[in-house]
Amino acid sequence: MSEVAMVVPHKGGFSFDLCRRNEMLSGKGLKPPSFLKTGTTIVGLVFQDGVVLGADTRATEGPIVADKNCEKIHFMAPNIYCCGAGTAADTEAVTDMVSSQLQLHRYATGRESRVVTALSLLKTHLFRYVQGYVSAALVLGGVDVTGPHLHTIFPHGSTDTLPFATMGSGSLAAMAVFESKYREGLNRAEGISLVSEAICSGIFNDLGSGSNVDVCVITEGHVEYLRNYQLPNPRTYISSRGYSFSKGQTEVLSARVTPLKQKEAVAEADFMEE
Amino acid sequence: MYCIEDRFLMSKCMPEWILTLEEQGWYPYVTGTSVIGIKYKDGILMAADTGGSYGSTLRYKSVERMKVIGKHSLLGASGEISDFQEILRYLDELILYDNMWDDGNSLGPKEIHNYLNRVMYNRRNKFNPLWNSLVLGGVKNGNKYLGVVTMLGAHYADNHVATGFGNHLAVPILRSEWKEGMSFEEAVKLLEKCLLVLLYRDRSSINKFQIAKITEEGATIYPAYSLKTFWGFSAFQNPGQFAEGTW
Repeated sequence: MSEVAMVVPHKGGFSFDLCRRNEMLSGKGLKPPSFLKTGTTIVGLVFQDGVVLGADTRATEGPIVADKNCEKIHFMAPNIYCCGAGTAADTEAVTDMVSSQLQLHRYATGRESRVVTALSLLKTHLFRYVQGYVSAALVLGGVDVTGPHLHTIFPHGSTDTLPFATMGSGSLAAMAVFESKYREGLNRAEGISLVSEAICSGIFNDLGSGSNVDVCVITEGHVEYLRNYQLPNPRTYISSRGYSFSKGQTEVLSARVTPLKQKEAVAEADFMEE
Repeated sequence: MYCIEDRFLMSKCMPEWILTLEEQGWYPYVTGTSVIGIKYKDGILMAADTGGSYGSTLRYKSVERMKVIGKHSLLGASGEISDFQEILRYLDELILYDNMWDDGNSLGPKEIHNYLNRVMYNRRNKFNPLWNSLVLGGVKNGNKYLGVVTMLGAHYADNHVATGFGNHLAVPILRSEWKEGMSFEEAVKLLEKCLLVLLYRDRSSINKFQIAKITEEGATIYPAYSLKTFWGFSAFQNPGQFAEGTW
């Protein structure tokens, strides 16, 4: 009698069956594929009318900048946005997944999503993939019927509720700015300026962060996504006009024209013999 | 523990001996946390807290981590306190021999900085480092000098420096807010701003700081004092109100 192999569905979490094979392969010299990280500065703060989120735009792959203008502020719901630091694929996938779960929930309940719903969905997902294997550190902010909320979520699944938060490799540089300048009851302009100052501090003092500043302002019933709010690292050219090459600037030493299409002379066609 | 270039070279010649200092049994025991230093109008201002941690315990709360060296310099250190005391002994001897020449010349901050660099680098090359990051500041003949020597023997000088966590938390603030020719009050305010951030965000710092000043006239190490902290954010009052299980 042949044995029937039972396929048992996974109970959740990653399956580590291929680890031994991977170890054997790397012993033979096979390099595993590197992944794109968003060594990052992401920040959020609560101001008097809502929440301001900010992020830099550099995505790194080891020591190389892979994407110099990526988007780290992800849409979760019309009133909730989430900044992500860590492995780019993980932050994208997790926020996308929770965003669709929130959409389904909105259809089921007929109400606007609440920030704590997104928070609970994210933290249970990250905790399930324990040990922080889904390497996503998130700053979640939004305004719902209960007011403005700002939360941080760590890769292992713990969360914090804070008046101001920073995550990512540039978090210390940004936190230095927040700790010295944040106070309660900031207005919109002050909130945006403090957030962009914190992101700039991360951009200029941390090697994993760079390029531009993205800002997202969430207030009751209204979201303003200011993509590339500041461009403090413009591409510069030696002369302000950029490069210009006028005709006659380069000396022509010789010229040869080769026609690419071969001109075929069609001989007088003979009628086919009957 | 060594930098990536050292490990690469060592792996080529003695792969089986690549052990970090910790693996070899070299641990720092009583450590001091960050030191910050800035140049201001009349000279150098340095600040450090007075804590000596024994691993994760706050063992000693009145450790003076900044000392006057000779007539023109101020030395602040983070890292292993016993190694700092040893460095002070070396410098004592250096200054003594210099004084014995009795020629009217005295060692300035640049010379002391160079001497410390040589000592630290040579110790690191023998795999027996002095586990400190040193901040050396001083004024001689009107020239202000502020430099750092790390435990690996790397050295540099700048208008504002910090060691340890100060590199991550204080340097961003100093880079954007330091300016040339600040008055004493402005400079102290700037240092206190950095010290407060370090107090909030560095696990091993304590709320008891000392400020040290050195000018052409001489050096002063002020008595220790505390900073006022603020914990009254409304979000801290009841953080779990809307989100059960957060803190």
